[in-house]
Amino acid sequence: MLVNRKLILAHFWLAFAVFGFALTLGAWQMFIRSPIGTWLSNPELYYRSLTAHGTVMGYVFPTLVAMGFGYAISESALEQRLVGVRWAWTGFWLIVAGAIMAVVPVALGRASVLYTFYPPLIGNVFYYLGVVLVVVGSWIWVALMAINLRVWRKAHPGAPVPLAMFANVAGSYLWAWTAVGAALELLLQIIPVAAGLKATIDAGLARVFFSWTLHAIVYFWLMPTYIAYYTIVPRAIGGRVYSDSMARISFILFLVVAMPIGMHHTFADPQVGAGFKFIHSAFTALVALPTLLTVFTICASVEIAARLRGGRGMFGWIRALPWDNPMMLALAFSFVMLGFGGAGGLINMSYQLDASIHNTQWITGHFHLIFGGAIVIMYFAIAYDLWPHLTGRELIDIRLIRTQLWLWFIGMIITTFPWHWVGILGMPRRMAYFDFGDPAIAPQALSVTFSAIGGFILLASGIMFIVILARGMRAPRVAAGPYRFALAVHQPATVPVALNTHALWVALMIVLTLTNYGYPIVTLALTEGTSVPAVYVGAQ
Amino acid sequence: MSAGDTHTHGSAEVAARVERRWATIAVIIVVGMALLAAFAGIHRATMPQPRVETTDPSRIHLSGEFVESNLGSVLEANGNVTVRAIGQQYSFTPACIVVPVDTPITMRATSADVVHGILIQGTNINTMLVPGYISEQLMRFTKTGDYLMPCQEFCSFGHEGMWGKVKVIDKADFANRAKGGGRLSCVGQ
Repeated sequence: MLVNRKLILAHFWLAFAVFGFALTLGAWQMFIRSPIGTWLSNPELYYRSLTAHGTVMGYVFPTLVAMGFGYAISESALEQRLVGVRWAWTGFWLIVAGAIMAVVPVALGRASVLYTFYPPLIGNVFYYLGVVLVVVGSWIWVALMAINLRVWRKAHPGAPVPLAMFANVAGSYLWAWTAVGAALELLLQIIPVAAGLKATIDAGLARVFFSWTLHAIVYFWLMPTYIAYYTIVPRAIGGRVYSDSMARISFILFLVVAMPIGMHHTFADPQVGAGFKFIHSAFTALVALPTLLTVFTICASVEIAARLRGGRGMFGWIRALPWDNPMMLALAFSFVMLGFGGAGGLINMSYQLDASIHNTQWITGHFHLIFGGAIVIMYFAIAYDLWPHLTGRELIDIRLIRTQLWLWFIGMIITTFPWHWVGILGMPRRMAYFDFGDPAIAPQALSVTFSAIGGFILLASGIMFIVILARGMRAPRVAAGPYRFALAVHQPATVPVALNTHALWVALMIVLTLTNYGYPIVTLALTEGTSVPAVYVGAQ
Repeated sequence: MSAGDTHTHGSAEVAARVERRWATIAVIIVVGMALLAAFAGIHRATMPQPRVETTDPSRIHLSGEFVESNLGSVLEANGNVTVRAIGQQYSFTPACIVVPVDTPITMRATSADVVHGILIQGTNINTMLVPGYISEQLMRFTKTGDYLMPCQEFCSFGHEGMWGKVKVIDKADFANRAKGGGRLSCVGQ
């Protein structure tokens, strides 16, 4: 039952429009820093573009997808009209206003601080205010998801919350809490300096605040993808979810352990002691757990589909899978990229191994494989799956959809594998250009060239994606029927309270964050003489 | 209970058993990784900098250990070498560091303005320079030669031009050059 289709479509269209814009910038960046592009005479343009690419891809695009998908889940899984539609539109327009407010100073070159901010570099105040508006807009969504679930609970006392909605609300809580770190950094530290009220800032403390957001935000990006793994893929390929409770446990584990691990981003920083670095390293290992459980549950769910289709034998069932189904294809690609990216992540999480690749192109390779690859390809799949229900029209370009997914997968591999390699060689990230004439850097030229080619393949795939959706708006009308989610093999009649509510896990998430972050933050805040003069971007 | 129910019940049990086994394996993998990290950290002494040290970047050129005359490499009485360096937009001082091979080296570095990073290519030496804080890194080179040392953290528009160099020379050569006392860098070589 999708009533507020316009609202959902508005979120998706805005998400994919800004995605197309940032993707174009990304391809351009890879081209001009490669040996095939001529050196940019003004590297400042590169960092403008990099700031816009990161800000859009990191904050605006995934947030809009999670929100649009979240509203769709709320209406269809709970089978009730969305409560608070006016508020939902307010959130949407706040994001529009915030995105415009942020991108103008970036385009003018007044806020080239990249999406990770980098104090004491300080950009134009409207850039930060714009980011804050985007986050505030998304917090309205968080509140609406909680309220809608509460309304449903009142009408269905004791009934198991549909898995998709349970996961969706978990994802919204994760986002609300992880955004607090960057919000504290922006409101208490950066914005007063950017507005000219203060002239100094504690860069070390700011980095710790940001690390609070910086890792769990990845799991917020991941949530729609995991929801699609569990609740869309098995239905789309004619299977069932292997286990409803394991799915719930995975989402709860993300909520609890994804949050207090961000300090692994400061392994090489001087302002955090060795003890907390070790604790965060161990917690980061823990976050592999929900993913390992998911890999098992989804592979088992897919096997069920294959056996229902007549698949036989130890591995023979793999051939029986519906490989021409775009959802199957997207899942397979997503898993392969998640595998490679996850293996890289395990290396990043160990501070002994991290030292050899910290802040090199390896890191860029790692998160493009996870976010740009494993996660975004499922965003495509979600859009394809929902589109007929949102537009009332059939997506007829199945072949084109398959080509688009293939291109994205190939493009992502060609882009990120060479990045991992040059990262091991010690190529730093975030550089406008390299002097490939230097004999010590020349051997990296070929790898960088491959990445640039991969970038254009990705751009082609992104354009195809938008064209397919746009054509879908004008395709023949079809009765898509109600939007359904996958059922479990053993659909639960009752669910233990702990797996049906979030309160306990949210409390645990907050307590763990406070123990893992409280002491370092308080000590840093109380240490005298660590505030340093701000350096304003573009000031002469 | 009908036959169908028994069947469902049985398959649910099998499913739960398989799932439990997999969950156990997953937990063992995770615990194993954490133990490995602890072992490497404690036994192989690969823990990061233990103490947090602060310094005021607006005064480092006036007094204290990071005044310009104190930057570069110095041979300590016990035969170890200490290197002091700063990063600023958009260069390192000294721009070229000279150190002996096969010698324990302590590098102490900080930033004079924004966040920078030091990465020595082909090694595991990799640390952030955060203004207000001192980064300490232990290192030891096993081969002589020149190493590139880029700034690995975005530090504004000139970031891509911020490359330093490390020259690892013979131990005796270094001792010879250090005889006169003072701080060494590649200057004059």
